Parts: sequence; structure tokens; C-alpha cells
Amino acid sequence: MTDVEGPSTAFFDALLEDDPAELYETAPCGYVSIDSDRTIIKVNQTFCTWTGRHRDDLIGKQSFLDLLPVGDRIFWETNIAPALQLQGFGRELAVEVVCTSGDTLPVLLNLSRVDGAGSGRSVVRIAVFDARERRAYERELLRARRDAEEAAATSKHLAETLQRTLLPPSLPPIDGIEMAGVYHPAGDGTIVGGDFYDVFEISDDAWGVVLGDVCGKGAAAAVDTALARFTVRASAIRTRSPRRVLSDLHDAMERSDTQGFCTAVYLRVRKRADGIRLSMAVGGHHLPLLVGPDGAVEEFGEPGALLGMLGPPRLHEVNRLLAPGETLVLFTDGVLEARRGDEFFGEDRITEILQQSIGSSTQEIATTLSDAAIDFQDGHTRDDIAVLVLRAT
Amino acid sequence: MLFAHGFGCDQHMWRSVAPRFEASHRCVVFDHAGAGNAHPDAYDVDRHSSLDGYATDVIELCDELGLRDVVFVGHSVSAMIGVLASIRRPDLFAHLVLIGPSARYIDDGDYVGGFTDEDIDGLLGSLDSNYLGWSAQVAPMIVGNEDRPELGQELTESFCRTDPDIQRRFARVTFLSDNRDDLASVATPCLVLQCRTDIIASEAVGRFVHEHLPTSTFVMLDASGHCPNLSAPDMTADAIECYLAGASQPA
Repeated sequence: MTDVEGPSTAFFDALLEDDPAELYETAPCGYVSIDSDRTIIKVNQTFCTWTGRHRDDLIGKQSFLDLLPVGDRIFWETNIAPALQLQGFGRELAVEVVCTSGDTLPVLLNLSRVDGAGSGRSVVRIAVFDARERRAYERELLRARRDAEEAAATSKHLAETLQRTLLPPSLPPIDGIEMAGVYHPAGDGTIVGGDFYDVFEISDDAWGVVLGDVCGKGAAAAVDTALARFTVRASAIRTRSPRRVLSDLHDAMERSDTQGFCTAVYLRVRKRADGIRLSMAVGGHHLPLLVGPDGAVEEFGEPGALLGMLGPPRLHEVNRLLAPGETLVLFTDGVLEARRGDEFFGEDRITEILQQSIGSSTQEIATTLSDAAIDFQDGHTRDDIAVLVLRAT
Repeated sequence: MLFAHGFGCDQHMWRSVAPRFEASHRCVVFDHAGAGNAHPDAYDVDRHSSLDGYATDVIELCDELGLRDVVFVGHSVSAMIGVLASIRRPDLFAHLVLIGPSARYIDDGDYVGGFTDEDIDGLLGSLDSNYLGWSAQVAPMIVGNEDRPELGQELTESFCRTDPDIQRRFARVTFLSDNRDDLASVATPCLVLQCRTDIIASEAVGRFVHEHLPTSTFVMLDASGHCPNLSAPDMTADAIECYLAGASQPA
């Protein structure tokens, strides 16, 4: 063993006792020293080899900046030079060096400024690292990041546009009814939600009003929401029975490719001399709340089954005259089940807000209710929110 | 005196110049919106999409602090910001000191600004390349300046807050601006300080500014680079002092 170890140790020692000048010249990084004019005053062989340049052409003659593309020169003078003056060093600065072949070599620079004591002159020492692969990878990362940011922006725009098509741009004015709707998307609005509402004319004196929630989010929910909205519109022309309209909606959902289901409240509304005649059916949805002119709040309607699953739904129809001053409030579970920790917003809070709504317009009620549910979650809405408020005038 | 820094740095670049005037003047240094330690909310993409927005900031700063007879010292792009501010509110300014000014960086016909559109794209590319390395440049490190250790800390904090997106926008606003036609409208007397070798604003560019300003003094500094306020602070301060002393003498 000693026979082998002896020569090996000697060889290793010889390497460690390398001539410092040799170490400088053939180091695995380029070394360049420049004076305050940016003129190269010292350079090692590695840098010359990498760039294809001759030492004699560089030292005392060549500005280091002139070896960089113009963009990098501007970056140097506006960003690197001030930092170098202020802090005396620079780390991992990414620039390119132009080689005699015309190619550019992506490099990373570490810089340190050395001030000549009392001379007022300073030298900047530059270590140059070949960074071809790293920079290619970084450029790839940057491109991926830009693409991702762009895709996110496009997706948000698409979601917002799509969402707008699922809601009426404004509610039609109906004589004798004051009405307002509010929709707020979940999260940052990048995903299409399943809540929807619609108000449309059926005949000269009858109007259809629907508010619902299709299960799921995103593209599938958007398809089902569009299906739900147009099924209700088509069915409402054919039949006067709200129960029948929701039954048609159930059939349409069940037949849809997306296997979605939904909840909905559908109202047929007719203007009468003594108020508004309501016929209503509810499928799997929370019952609307009726607010009296005195602020008394009560549920209205009879619960019915979820639409789009589990066979023909049990649905009930209720009729009522909405007297002038009485208000009907429809909302989705985005309000009811707004969560803070383990706590739900809940019906009590909704009731309390409605009790205090005497004198408020329907727009104020819808906005107050939606805002309260949003604030309850500190603005981080997990589900979308839809509120529709109608009042006989 | 109000000191305005240029693109790429912040108010720290005045650290060796501004103190020279503290005995004779009230000295105010500040960070432009989006630079240094400026409050993040101060930056507005629309407002700061032109040098006019920055000039509005300067005017509001003067009004807010009740500054009058201001000697505005603007480095690099801030020279033109001062020019714009003084045109809009000549009542605020006594003198403009323009260090390394350029009325337009990009060549245009016979006018030589020194750069082409492609060069500016190259700068944006360079900023992008250093996007990822940004935090590395500002990694907390002890500065070699042992007599002033607080400086390192200060700089690290300040540089950390330079948002690369804003840096890109400011680069565009700076290098794509053209203020050649504004120069003739400046009523305030100006001092143009020009570095001997400055690749950002060459002597020809500095002389163009000087020749098109109605009242201007041109001084060539024997300094290299674009930041004499950092590389030759005494020379810079001497030149300003000398100019202001001359200006206060009765003719």
C-alpha cells in the first residue's frame, strides 16, 4: 500500500503547490481588471481563450464595456456602476461578452472594487463565469413565467366575459315591481361560477324570474348554467306552471353530457291591481325570504328536491299576492354558507340584515347582503354569490 | 436644494454631494416613485408612464414642503424631469443643475442620441437576465466599508425594494422620451455638467442640451462614466458650488 500512496501524495502535493501566476492564468474562470475608465489593465488566459482575443489587443487599449452588447453597457452604467461605487461589489451580474467570432458568451460577473490607498484611483476586479447553460435555463424559466402570467390574464378575461353572458346585463323595468340583482364571483374571478339569475318577459303581463346554482365551477358549470338559463326561458313560454318549468329543467340537466345538477327557484310574476301575483316552485334551493313593510322576515314557499339527479323531483307550487311594500329576497348558498373559520354566515345574519332594511331600495338590500357575506370572509370568497330582490310598489 | 436621482439607482447616489451644501441650503433628497425606499403605493402605472408624471411628483413635493427658489439638481433622466417641472412651474425654481442630461437617447435623423431602438430592447433584455439574479445582487453582505457599516445595511434594504417590473417601465420611459422641443421653453437658468467619457449621455448630447437651453452654462468634468456624483463627488460639488457662487454675484 505504501508503494502506491507515496507517488500519489507527491503528485497531489505538486498540484497544490501550483505557481500562483499559473493559477491565475488558467483558472476555471476569466479574470479581468479594469481601471475607472473601464479600460482593461489585466486579463487572464482563460478570458482570452473564451473570447478568442489576444491579451496585447486588450490591455491598455480596450474598454471592457466595449466587449459587451450595447444594452448591457447601458445596464452597466446605470445599474452596476452606481452599485459598485456605493457598495464596492457586485454579485452574479448577468451580461454577455462579444467574442471575436461574433458570437456572444453569456456570463455571470462577480465584481469587487479595490481602492488605491490615497491615490484616489480604483481598480475593479472581475471574475467571469461561463453561464451558457444556466442562462439558457433561466431564459426558459422567464419565458415560462411570462406565459403563465399571460395565460392567467387570458383565463381571467375569458371567465369574466363568459360569466357576463350568463347573467342579464341589466334587469328589464317592470311596471309595479322594483327589482335588483347582484353577482359576485368566487375568489379572484378567474373561474366561472355556477350561480345565475335571469328575468325575462313571458307575455304582456307575465314575467319569469329564476335564480339558481349549478354544481361545480369552470367550463362544465358554464355549460350547465347556459343550459339551465335557456331551458327555463323556453319552458316558461310553453307552460304557466312553475313546477313544470323546474321539472323541464330537471330533465334537461339529467340529459346533459356533464351529468351536472342544480338548485333553482323559479317565479312566474304577474302584475295585478292589488299587488303582484307570485307563483313559485323551489328545487333543492334554500327558500326565499319575505320581508314585510314592518321588517318582519319569514320564509316563503315549500322545499323541493334537487334538480338533475335521483329521478323525477318532488316539487311544490305556491301562490301568493305580494302586497305593495312587501319584498322577496332570493339568494344562493354563497351568502348562506359564507365561512369564517368553522362559522357560517347563516340565516340569522341574513334575517338580521333584512329586518334592518326598512326604507332601503332593492338595490341597497342586494348590495348590503352581498357585501356583508363578502366581508364576513374577509373578501376571500370561496363560492360565488347571487342575490335577487323584488318588491311590489 | 432638491436632489433627484436617475434611472438605476436611488437617493443614495447623493450621499457624498448633498452634505456639501447642507451649511448653505436646505437639502432635500428623495426616491422617485418605484425606486429605493419610496412607498410602493406611490407608483402608478398610468401616471408614471411619462416623464410628465415624475415632473408632477417633483412639483407636488416642492409644494408640500413649501420649497421656493429651488436649486434642482437632477442626474441623468431627472435632468429632463426638472426641465419639465420648471416649464410648468417656473416660480418654484431658481436654478437647474443638469448632470449628464440627454434630451433624447435614440438617434433621429441628424440628431445623434447614441442609441438605437434595438439597443433599448437590449437593455430590457439585460434587465430581464438580471431579473432572476436580482436578489443575489442584494443579498445581505457586509460591505468593505468598515468605517460606515450602516451603509451596507441601508443599501441592501433599498436595493431589495426595486421592483423589476417598475425598473423595466422606468427604463422605457427614460430611454424612449424625447424632450428636445421642451428645452427652448425653460426660463430657469441652468448648469449642464458633462462627464468627459459618458456612454449614456455623450458630450455631443450634453452640448445639444446646453445649446438649446435659453440660459445655460456648460461645464466639462474630468470624470468618466455616467455618475460623477458617485465617481467624482468632490469635483461635482465644486462645479455646482462655483456655479452658484458666480450666479449670486451681481453682474
